[in-house]
Amino acid sequence: MSEVSLPRTQHIIASGGIMLLGLWVAYISYSSEPAAAFLFPRLISSFFVVLATWTFVKACLGWSKVGGGLTGGSMMKLLPGLIVALIYVFWAAKGLGFYTATSVAFFALLTLYDPAPHTALKTWIKRILVTAGFMAVMYGLFAKLLKVYTPQEIFF
Amino acid sequence: MEFLYYFGDVFTPINFGLLMLGTIGGLILGATPGLSPTMAVALLIPFTFKMEPAQGLILLGAVYTSTVAGGAVSAILLKIPGAPANIATTLDGHVMAKNGQGTRALQLSFLSSAVGGLFGIFLLITLVQPLSDLSLVFGPSELFWLAILGVTVIGALDSRSLVKGLLAGCVGMWLGSIGYDDQLGVQRFIFHPALGGGINVIAALIGLFAIPQIITMFANGRIDNKAEVIRVEKHSILDAMKEMTQNVRAMTVGSLTGAIIGIIPGVGGQIAGLVAYDQTRKLSPNRDKFGTGHAEGVIAPESANNAMVGPSLVPLLTLSIPGSPTAAVLLGGLLIHGIFPGPDLFNNHPDVAWTFINSMLLGQILMCIFGLMIAGVAARVAQVPQSVMAAMVLGLAVFGSYSVQHSMADVYIMAVLGISMFFLERFGFSAAPLVLGLILGPIAESNYVQGAQIAAAQDGAFTYFLTGSLNLILVGIVAASIVYSAWMEMRGHRTTSKEEITS
Repeated sequence: MSEVSLPRTQHIIASGGIMLLGLWVAYISYSSEPAAAFLFPRLISSFFVVLATWTFVKACLGWSKVGGGLTGGSMMKLLPGLIVALIYVFWAAKGLGFYTATSVAFFALLTLYDPAPHTALKTWIKRILVTAGFMAVMYGLFAKLLKVYTPQEIFF
Repeated sequence: MEFLYYFGDVFTPINFGLLMLGTIGGLILGATPGLSPTMAVALLIPFTFKMEPAQGLILLGAVYTSTVAGGAVSAILLKIPGAPANIATTLDGHVMAKNGQGTRALQLSFLSSAVGGLFGIFLLITLVQPLSDLSLVFGPSELFWLAILGVTVIGALDSRSLVKGLLAGCVGMWLGSIGYDDQLGVQRFIFHPALGGGINVIAALIGLFAIPQIITMFANGRIDNKAEVIRVEKHSILDAMKEMTQNVRAMTVGSLTGAIIGIIPGVGGQIAGLVAYDQTRKLSPNRDKFGTGHAEGVIAPESANNAMVGPSLVPLLTLSIPGSPTAAVLLGGLLIHGIFPGPDLFNNHPDVAWTFINSMLLGQILMCIFGLMIAGVAARVAQVPQSVMAAMVLGLAVFGSYSVQHSMADVYIMAVLGISMFFLERFGFSAAPLVLGLILGPIAESNYVQGAQIAAAQDGAFTYFLTGSLNLILVGIVAASIVYSAWMEMRGHRTTSKEEITS
């Protein structure tokens, strides 16, 4: 029973979130001035609200195809990777520098999701070599070839 | 025959080198499960910033073409389709490989891909010029409806749910309106400083196509995806060519099906392959042999999914309406070089347009040659663990979106859109109409505002936007796509989703 109801609950939350976004967009579009600048947003927000409300009502009444949703097991599997990715994107890339942060995030993700046993020394050496190889390619591509100036690195 | 005038431009050392690089890289990327052609092209756009427009497009076009064909390698040798377009190839191709005929299956796959691809590109060459000239008669009202048509058709046909498809299109158009209003310079929906410059299309494309795939790989956990690569034996290419000539029906059905499906916005390669497979089986006197390693079962889907590539670019290059997510990404690649498709492309940048198209023509042949040479290597690359793939794509997504404008705001936007899309995809929302809305929204708006100003000076908005034969045709197509999609949904015959196919 819980397997059936979990995706539906998630669906109601997702479609409810979209409906709230639609209402907010419509509110801003219709209340902001000058009206001429919001002519097109008013048009699309009207459709946005109608479609979002219809989706939400269907989700609540159980009329819509729910989709797979996310099971607790999948959520637990993706959570560590998502947390590493979020820290990397929203803090480490700027705070530590792109190359340092990417090295750490890459290595952390390899460690988290590599099916090879953590107890074998060979596995760790392989992970370090793969990380170093990837970073060398990224540095060559972005720093040398494309000349992309990234935020100051913490170590160099 | 204007395209022949620019044919030599493909053979300059840099252009030809990029074509080869894109073709070989695309074949390897295509063989890698989880790396779709759209995602591969989106991740490559930042690398084209410093190139000449034609060079950038050659690279992107070569990758697009060869990723579609490269997916057959893992479909045949690993029974894992590299892309949804190669699902039908698995049915007979892998059985052939298991029966010790892997090389034969690969040869048939690449030869039929090249034949279908060449047919599709010739169709593109035939159609672009007259359609591009036709688009010159379009005024603001027609261009407005054309942009709405692009979003609506994709929203109606590409998504699992009509309402969710159209809703995603609305969200995309709203995202496209964030930032400063072009006409009055007024701030709109800037609720965070990162949005001051609006949503950067390239960063959004990378986020919407790459990030959900990365999180999906996370959600699979610590899995070992090392499927056994079937060893291939020698097989004469001449025998494969002879076999192709004995299967003209499969090739014709595949190429025609792919071309027709390709030209319809929103339908896509996975459908082309499956429909071609099904139609060829129905027409074949050997229909009982399908599924047992039958040559027609490889030739039909592979010719179809490459025949789709050329025609899928017709709406983009002539009317500025991307007909597929990959075409939308290519539009992003054009826009960063200040080139707008449509009449402007063929009148003011014919060298860019024709060099790009010619490179795709030549790319089909190179893809066939290199495909046969590197199939074994590509199959081994396809075994790269998902952990490595996810970490690599994440790194590329962050560097790529940052390099667009050297701005962290683009990285944040990429991440927020990508994470949101991952969760929304679980509930039947699709990225394609959202991307189309994001790209076409500003086009629709500028024409809507212009049209409204003209209408105010004439007979009113209703008369201006809803009368005239072209307006009515476009409105009719919009309405027909919605009605058709609603009818299919009520009958429960919606387009099969990627997830449903690959599960």
